[in-house]
Amino acid sequence: MITRTFDDVFAPPEDHGHADSDTNVMFGFWLYLMSDCILFAALFASYVVYSHSADGGPTGRQLFDLRGTLGETMFLLTSSITCGFAILAMHRRQARQVIGWFVVTFLFGLGFVTMEVSEFLHMVAIGAGPDRSGFLAAFFTLVATHGTHVTVGLIWMLVLMVQVMSKGLTPKVQSRVMRLSMFWHFLDIVWVGVFTVVYLRSMV
Amino acid sequence: MADTIVLKAACASDGESLHLQGVAGRGGATRILGRRRGGRRRLADALGLCAALALSGCGRDQLPVIAARGPIALAERNLLFTAAAVMLIVVIPVFVMAFWFTWRYRASHPKAPYKPHWSYDWRIDMIVWLVPAAIVIALGYLVWTKTHRLDPYRPLVASRLPLRVDVVAEDWKWLFIYPGQKIAVANELVFPADRPLSLRLTSDTVMNSFYIPGLGGQIYAMAGMQTRLHLRADGPGSFVGRNTQYSGIGFPDQYFAVHAVSAASFRAWVARVKHAPKTLDAAAYAALAKPSTRFPVTYYSAYEPGLFDRILHKYTARMRAPVPPPAPHPGGN
Amino acid sequence: MLGNLTLAAIPYDNPIVMGAVAFTLIGGAVVVGGITWLGKWGYLWSEWLTSVDHKRIGAMYIILALIALLRGFSDAIMMRAQQALAEGAAHGYLPPYHYDQVFTAHGTIMIFFMAMPFLVGLMNIAVPLQIGARDVAFPFLNSVSLWLTAVSFGLVMLSLGVGDFSHAGWTGYPPLSELRFSPGPGVDYWIWAIQLSGLGTLMTGINFVVTIIRMRAPGMTLMRMPVFTWSALCTSALIVLAFPVLTVTLAMLTLDRYLGTHFFTAAGGGDLMMYVNMFWVWGHPEVYILVLPAFGVFSEVVATFSSKRLFGYTAMIYATVSITLLSFIVWMHHFFTMGASATVNSAFSIATMVIGVPTGVKLFTWLFTMYRGRLRFTTPMLWTVGFIVTFTIGGMSGVVLAMPPADFVLHNSEWLIAHFHNMLIPGALFGYFAGYSYWFPKVFGFQLNETWGKRAFWSWLVGFYVAFIPLYVLGLMGMPRRMWHYNNPSWQPWLIVAGFGAVLVLIGILCQLIQLAVSIRDHAKTRDLSGDLWDGRTLEWSIASPPPVYNFARIPVVYDRDAFIDMKQTGTAYVRPDEYFDIHMPRNTGVGFIMGMCTFVFGFAMIWHIWWMAIVGALAIGSCIIARAWDDDVDYYIPAAEVARTEAARFRALASAADAERAVADNFRMRPLPELVD
Repeated sequence: MITRTFDDVFAPPEDHGHADSDTNVMFGFWLYLMSDCILFAALFASYVVYSHSADGGPTGRQLFDLRGTLGETMFLLTSSITCGFAILAMHRRQARQVIGWFVVTFLFGLGFVTMEVSEFLHMVAIGAGPDRSGFLAAFFTLVATHGTHVTVGLIWMLVLMVQVMSKGLTPKVQSRVMRLSMFWHFLDIVWVGVFTVVYLRSMV
Repeated sequence: MADTIVLKAACASDGESLHLQGVAGRGGATRILGRRRGGRRRLADALGLCAALALSGCGRDQLPVIAARGPIALAERNLLFTAAAVMLIVVIPVFVMAFWFTWRYRASHPKAPYKPHWSYDWRIDMIVWLVPAAIVIALGYLVWTKTHRLDPYRPLVASRLPLRVDVVAEDWKWLFIYPGQKIAVANELVFPADRPLSLRLTSDTVMNSFYIPGLGGQIYAMAGMQTRLHLRADGPGSFVGRNTQYSGIGFPDQYFAVHAVSAASFRAWVARVKHAPKTLDAAAYAALAKPSTRFPVTYYSAYEPGLFDRILHKYTARMRAPVPPPAPHPGGN
Repeated sequence: MLGNLTLAAIPYDNPIVMGAVAFTLIGGAVVVGGITWLGKWGYLWSEWLTSVDHKRIGAMYIILALIALLRGFSDAIMMRAQQALAEGAAHGYLPPYHYDQVFTAHGTIMIFFMAMPFLVGLMNIAVPLQIGARDVAFPFLNSVSLWLTAVSFGLVMLSLGVGDFSHAGWTGYPPLSELRFSPGPGVDYWIWAIQLSGLGTLMTGINFVVTIIRMRAPGMTLMRMPVFTWSALCTSALIVLAFPVLTVTLAMLTLDRYLGTHFFTAAGGGDLMMYVNMFWVWGHPEVYILVLPAFGVFSEVVATFSSKRLFGYTAMIYATVSITLLSFIVWMHHFFTMGASATVNSAFSIATMVIGVPTGVKLFTWLFTMYRGRLRFTTPMLWTVGFIVTFTIGGMSGVVLAMPPADFVLHNSEWLIAHFHNMLIPGALFGYFAGYSYWFPKVFGFQLNETWGKRAFWSWLVGFYVAFIPLYVLGLMGMPRRMWHYNNPSWQPWLIVAGFGAVLVLIGILCQLIQLAVSIRDHAKTRDLSGDLWDGRTLEWSIASPPPVYNFARIPVVYDRDAFIDMKQTGTAYVRPDEYFDIHMPRNTGVGFIMGMCTFVFGFAMIWHIWWMAIVGALAIGSCIIARAWDDDVDYYIPAAEVARTEAARFRALASAADAERAVADNFRMRPLPELVD
């Protein structure tokens, strides 16, 4: 009755996706980034809608300082490059260099967050806080959501630096480092959007 | 008996409202709104009456959506019937097949044919895709034309000029401002039956939806925004209008009487309101705007000019205020 | 110290609420007492609460859904009773603010805590088994999703006794849901419950997309996937694409309420229309998130119990995918009355009607599957046929609502209520019930009682018509939704009839509870030894009931879309492999459960503005994540010898099933079990 051999009926023992296999995790993380993309898309869309709802309060043109923001942009873009160097070092399996480049990346990221926070504090101090108008609510929400992502990325980076030190560049740690780097570059791309839609557009 | 009389009256006034025309509000083109299609309309009325009698022991007056008493409501009702009827092209075969197949091919019926591998037939595939698609194309055409024709923003042109009324939703009552008559009324809407009604709506509280079943469709009233609605009655009669958008604890009682009356009665009513002791000054408006239920029908012989616009712009006032001087910014660090 | 929380938050003075609280507490005490009495806490912890096994997580999701169904239905019958009474001077037995919370809780619970857990539970149970996988892609994440959903429902239940729940409707339209009009904690309960469970749902969506795309057995191409798996894929994709928008919308409302921003307030440059748009940009795909898995269940059930290949598989898949795509461009039909231009309104209206085409195709596909089949009217099949007939009526009333001018006279009315219940009760809930009775024997290894199942079905079906046809009439009578009382005597008879319908549905639910009790009592007699109780067509029926923890001792190779029918016909269905191997499996972990509990603390603290507790909760969640990231010991191997032992037992059971079957003809089976091949 059997017209198929055992090999036709059963897959070879390793020929199926393992739970938590590396490729699956990468794909899953990529899907998370896509859903995050939608999240930012919704925030960008609401920012554009609310950009005319200053409610008589200060507008972007009055508030934004393009030079400071350009500084932030440079910090984040540079940190993306140094993050890339960390990945290259990881491929060469040089754990110390990985940590070294991550320290540099971390400092740039921290600089970015610090600048952003001080910009926010300044705006709140001159009465242009998020509760001032629909426009400012949308501005703070969009930019701070990005900033929160960067902050989470910084904590993640600390955790992974400690992991690289304590565990070494095991396959699991390497896989986590790859995802952190995806996350970091993603935030970079989102920031380019923020810089364009929020800051440059306000000058037009 | 009374029902029949109402029906006759409604039909008669349908006949008289033939000159009713519509001007596209935003487009500007003029088109006939309701050219009489006697046969179809009578059929629809008969259907409506049957449905009314079948559905309700209390009679047709209890079914304002079906027993429409204004040309807009009637056209909307007729579209409802048409859509339901067209859908029967799908619904009836589904019903027939569901009952027939379940009976015919039950496992306990050994003589029924059994084809366990039969799983595709291109003819069936064509029919099940194309027939619904054709229905959607037909309904789509209908929707496009009817939606434009029955756009609530589109002014109605009749032999008489429309009556303008500004409507404000409050917690939980309605304020009607008659700019032409310079009067204001809470919780009662009276208008001459021989003139269309042109409404501007806003809200001084949460979102409301203004609806007079039997007279026409509904439209939201939202704070800081203005919506429009155009209505018309077939003839004198009374309706109950209400908010249909849940707005808090007083919501169920947020209804008001609507009277379409003769031109003479309307003039008399306006005169009566004009002699009312109250005026809608700032204090009276504050009292009106305070959340309350079962607010009595109140006539205001006058109101502060520009009241509607003030309510409207209250929420956007700062937008028009002078912009403060730009604050110096030390930079991002 | 405790933010806004004081003893005054407990409504001692409200006997109805206190009764509900007492009922819930007694129910909880009975469960806790029972577990203690049986000494099962250790078992519960190690085998269930910490489980990362998709079958157990699926079962727990469905238990959650059934509990939520009881709560949501209690709300429903309270509303029906109130409306049957509260005409004219009579004000019923519920004060208005309480009634408003009841309808809000009903909608919120039924959508987020009944329907969502139910469909996620069914996906958890069936998808890995149907595609020949040993678990989902991210078993730990799956556990986190479950506990986020469960604790969010816990927050809703807590709102009964501590504070109140939102009164602003399940859609929470601002400005009514803003601080000015809803100052209490109610809206905050609503926000945080939805937000936190939404995060869990998002993770589920990602998990299942990866599982289905990456973990199918060899030979199972996309066009050989079972239809339920296809619909699970589409639903998961919709979750990934739509839920972030809900997250943003709720976050904006949260900021309005907590930081005084002006997103949706009337003043300050706010724009409530933005909320309405964004809510439905998520909300309409959500409808299809709920309905598509049920459609998938119907497809499985109708083919199985017609003993026939599904008609028009390709058309079915194209229809499912086009519904998925179209669901994103129809959101505006939820508010034609907002004053958009006729062109915009009619464009969205036409897009809405276009969705009717693939939906119609699906209906005809199911019908032609029955054509020339051999129909066995088991409980799952009855739910399916009941769905086909009832859903069509809902489709008709929906096309009416989809036309803006007709919507102008029916929007916000009881017609709308009748319409969406007419879509979601047959279109989603009947499908979940069909899936529940279809896969129950697979998960637990014994059958659900058919007699009580059929009684439940008929009570539900008749109850549905008696409860909702009157609402269509009331819509034509101009009755709006959400009325805690009314002044129109002609509405009352219809509302009394509808209340009677709710009682019939209650009888249906009681039948389901009895069915469960009777089935557990009789489980020794109704054990499913073959693992293939219904003469199934897909891979989940090829393994034991309940499946071993690893599901498939050897991953099968798939040659046909009815993979298991193909195996049965080629005689390879019960072939014993020549060799077993060690199987790699995820290890159970309590981290998901603990993260859930921390989330509960965080959510509770945010609702009551207890900032220190919120910070502690958030830090605890973060610590859990970092601790988990440190743990590399998350999996283990089941030795080949143990697999061989388990499988040997399975084949002994199969042999006795075949013996038993030769002795007693089985009503559910069309052909005998094949001779075993050694």
